[in-house]
Amino acid sequence: MRRLAAQDSVGAASLRLSAGQACRPWNGMPVSIRICTCVLIVIAAFVIAPGLFAPGALEQDALLGAVPPGTAGHPLGTDSLGRDVLKLLIAGSRSAMVGPCVIAVGSIVIGILLGGIAGWYGGAADWIISRYADITLSMPTLLLAIVAAGIIGGGYWVSVLVMVILYSPFDIRIVRSAVIAQKGKPYIESALILRLSTLRILARHIFPNIALVIFVNLFLNIAYGLVSMSSLSYLGLGVAPGDADWGRQLSDGRSILFDNPASALCAGAFIVVTAVCVNAVGNWLTERNALG
Amino acid sequence: MNDSLRYILRRVAEFVVSMAALAFVIFSLLYIAPGDPARSLVGTKHVTPELLAQIRAKYGLDDPFFVQFGNWISGALHGDFGESIRAGQPVLDYIAPHAAVTFQLVLLSLVLSVVFGVFFGIVSAKGRGKLRDSAINTVALVGTSAPSFAVGLFFLYVFALKCGWFPIYGIGDGGALDQLWHLALPAIALTFAVSALLVKITRSAMLLETEKDYSVFLRARAIAPLRITMAQLKNASAPVLTSTGLVLANLFGGTVLVESVFSIPGLGNLLASSVTFHDVPVVQFIALMLAFIVCFASAVVDIAVYLIDPTSRQRRRLYREVEATG
Repeated sequence: MRRLAAQDSVGAASLRLSAGQACRPWNGMPVSIRICTCVLIVIAAFVIAPGLFAPGALEQDALLGAVPPGTAGHPLGTDSLGRDVLKLLIAGSRSAMVGPCVIAVGSIVIGILLGGIAGWYGGAADWIISRYADITLSMPTLLLAIVAAGIIGGGYWVSVLVMVILYSPFDIRIVRSAVIAQKGKPYIESALILRLSTLRILARHIFPNIALVIFVNLFLNIAYGLVSMSSLSYLGLGVAPGDADWGRQLSDGRSILFDNPASALCAGAFIVVTAVCVNAVGNWLTERNALG
Repeated sequence: MNDSLRYILRRVAEFVVSMAALAFVIFSLLYIAPGDPARSLVGTKHVTPELLAQIRAKYGLDDPFFVQFGNWISGALHGDFGESIRAGQPVLDYIAPHAAVTFQLVLLSLVLSVVFGVFFGIVSAKGRGKLRDSAINTVALVGTSAPSFAVGLFFLYVFALKCGWFPIYGIGDGGALDQLWHLALPAIALTFAVSALLVKITRSAMLLETEKDYSVFLRARAIAPLRITMAQLKNASAPVLTSTGLVLANLFGGTVLVESVFSIPGLGNLLASSVTFHDVPVVQFIALMLAFIVCFASAVVDIAVYLIDPTSRQRRRLYREVEATG
């Protein structure tokens, strides 16, 4: 992009080209992936501006109580506190999605740092980092997260931090093997001969070549993070009672399954549909770029 | 032989280090937990400072961190895991009935997962590119994405509440068959979430075998398709076996949530409530035991696969990556 823009005489042409490039993935998508992308865009809109789509989601109406779907003014009914289920779902997307995104980004940052060091330097650093990743990978993630989040308390961000630590070993492995795969290539040899600094080689030469692997992995981690975080909030860990969150709503809605099944079922559906969409798009990206 | 021995020793060492690291992590997590353990030991009763000091001395709460850790480990190695704060009885006695329920549930789901996962994996590989292949893949995608508690809740609503085919909660009180009946729906929910992984791995392993020369020759010699499939399955079994360790880990992770959905008095529910109650010895024991089972199973499976098929190392690494990338 930058290189194209630098040739200012063809500025207009390069702009057109980049617009075409932006459309290209969309045109190449199968219908199912297009639908998934649209769903994710809608969820992203809910995350960015929940107040716009669902103003007053936490307003209670204790007199009303739990009413079934189809009640006037409440298309999906209300929960036991008389809160509108549809609005709660929309408001809950922020709590459900921000954590997983932070988990995915945080763990990939650790992955890039440690995996890059292990892959580039090899030797003792590689050995230590790889053993660390082996051991952490063999640990039951959800179990440790439940114990850590439950015992330390500390709420949402502590759970996110625990997840970042437990998710990172896999990213370390991926980045490490991607760096090793690039290391032997001629362009790195020539960069070494030019005596470019290590940091420069890693950041400007290797990173752009492994960025796609990293991005796809980041994307798939969001789906895992969503499942893990909603599992924690389902158990009542990580989110305060009364907060809008899909996992929390599912566990609260379980007790009013007779009065308004929509509360729990729709929360579950939101989690499942979002996770399926993220996974489907991630798998498609993997296959299309033959990263498997 | 020398090579195998070295591999086994390395794998055992890895297991021991993992367990030591896990024990350390679990212990230190509970050590740094906020709140005075002596206070939670006496509960809400009013106590004098002298009594508190007595309790601290009895449980060694004033000892340095590593002394406490050493005491806990040496107790654990001798089968002494302390007393439950909530129940006041030895942890082992307190946990045994819960553990029995969870083991039944996990065993049931493990059998179902392997049977259905391998079966649908074969069907999908045999019908590659056909409608049934994409249908199975779509269901498997939902299975890998959906958290077990959401699946459990859907099943609970549809099959127990609406259709009335299954009991809604608990494990019943009418003997073994009744208990099996109560565990059926949770087990199916767990299976749905876990077997998707096996479907995927079986499918790709079977596809690899189908492309090999021997499969082509068998087909050319008009051997019955079922016999060909059995031969391929035998050769594809290493990655499937290897993933059983991961399946077991997922089952023990998922059971915590599914038990909570169906109100089953198993280890998962006990762990969740003990965490909220800060019943530290119970949490320590359950976490350590489940971690032990998961690590032990994966070590045993790795060694078994290595002994059966020493050339599997390369492939095993490949499948591990398939598993982890989903």
